[in-house]
Amino acid sequence: MDSTRFWHEREVIRHGGRTRLGRAPLTLLLTVLLALFLLFVTLPVASLFLRISPEAFFRSLADPVVLDALVLSLVTATVSTVIVVLFGTPLALMNARCDYRGREIVDTLTDLPIVLPPAVAGIALLMAFGRRGVVGQYLDGFGVSVAFTTVAVILAQVFVASPFYIRQARASFEAIDRLYEDAARTLGASPTTVALRITIPLAWSGLVSGAILSFARALGEFGATIMFAGNFQGRTQTMPLAIYTTMQGDLSAAISLAIVLVVISFAVIAAVQIITRRNT
Amino acid sequence: MLSVHAVRQLRDFVLDITLSVRCGETLVLVGENGAGKSTVLNLISGILTPDRGEITLAGRTLFSDGSRIDVPAESRNIGHLFQSYALFPHMTVAGNVAFGLRCRKVSRPEIADAVAEQLAVMRLSDLADVNVGRLSGGQRQRVALARALVLEPELLLLDEPLAAVDMRAQAAMRRELRDRIRNAGIPCIVVTHNLRDALELADRLCLIENGRVAADGTPEEVLAMRENGFIASFAGPRVS
Repeated sequence: MDSTRFWHEREVIRHGGRTRLGRAPLTLLLTVLLALFLLFVTLPVASLFLRISPEAFFRSLADPVVLDALVLSLVTATVSTVIVVLFGTPLALMNARCDYRGREIVDTLTDLPIVLPPAVAGIALLMAFGRRGVVGQYLDGFGVSVAFTTVAVILAQVFVASPFYIRQARASFEAIDRLYEDAARTLGASPTTVALRITIPLAWSGLVSGAILSFARALGEFGATIMFAGNFQGRTQTMPLAIYTTMQGDLSAAISLAIVLVVISFAVIAAVQIITRRNT
Repeated sequence: MLSVHAVRQLRDFVLDITLSVRCGETLVLVGENGAGKSTVLNLISGILTPDRGEITLAGRTLFSDGSRIDVPAESRNIGHLFQSYALFPHMTVAGNVAFGLRCRKVSRPEIADAVAEQLAVMRLSDLADVNVGRLSGGQRQRVALARALVLEPELLLLDEPLAAVDMRAQAAMRRELRDRIRNAGIPCIVVTHNLRDALELADRLCLIENGRVAADGTPEEVLAMRENGFIASFAGPRVS
């Protein structure tokens, strides 16, 4: 509803003394458009809940396929988020604060997975870390195989989810006035202390919301995972893959998994909004 | 004793400054906006690096391009107050004052004692646990000063120390500031746009124009240079 009010104000500014009657059709049109769009987004999600009874939902949750997928998804998405945060924070801080040759190339490369289709990411990872891949063939020599294991699930998730954190982290770091860092240095803080005591705490809410978005992206990862890690229950079959698989037989299991993901998605949006709002 | 010779290419001109300040002496820098006054402070405290020159403080060389010395800002032990004070917004008053001591790995009880003592001197004890976002301009200024003085710096750099203080409180704050500087007994450089600051705080006054020292002397001497456009408007009708 905010957007319609916003349009109202602009109309008033543009047309000055236009009558109330003159604006009515526009208001009506915008209200209808907005209602249609909201319906288009909410109706499919609501349908999930309408198509399954609570008993069937809880029965499905006990299904080993569902349970395995749930546990695997939560574990892998958590691990990949931790990896993304550990590697992404220093990278984002460096790119926000240091001017070095090739910084723009690094920025472009870190953003690449956002625009890359997941299927492309999957086959690319396979070509790199698969048994006969560019790196994989040497790993295979040591008896290490990555493709079609849980490790591959995590790699695929890190690959697709990392830009969400790194972009947000960089923007949060850039938003901090350097004066605080300069002041901290004159008070005796080494660059590491400045980062840990000043920069990261001040960027905290941005970092957390970036990590949550990255977690959500990892949780929903499908294309790259199925190509690079395969679809083995308990090892690489995460929730999206399990939805795809169970849909061909047990529809209620698929719907139950979908509902769990919907709930998590809502929690993610709510968490990000609460965190960013508290900050402003 | 501080002695500075620093050269640095700025966007519009080359900053080339030579000055010295004795212990217990306060040097006030005046000049147009963008003349390089704040840059001089940043070069001395180590936030910026000179292209050439030499900076020594109390017999220690902080910067020398000839002998390739550049002591990092965190090891210079210089109190630098920024115009906006730059208090850390995610910490309390006590947290801000304790910050430098924590960086120096001082033990917790010693930090608590030093902070409590400093807060008492600055009449900030009641505000110890208040977040700095809720302070007035004058209180912020005192916290910034406490945060610097608790470290017993060898030099004090103040950039527009009273600009964010309420007009009515400025006179009292100025007197207090002067006493603190005198008590500290260290060299002090103050950048200001305010004639009253210059008159009350300065032992010596220095006019900076386009990155160079255009005049250096007692406040009376410098303010008498009425042929200079900036001095004429700075000293204004007050002196005449």
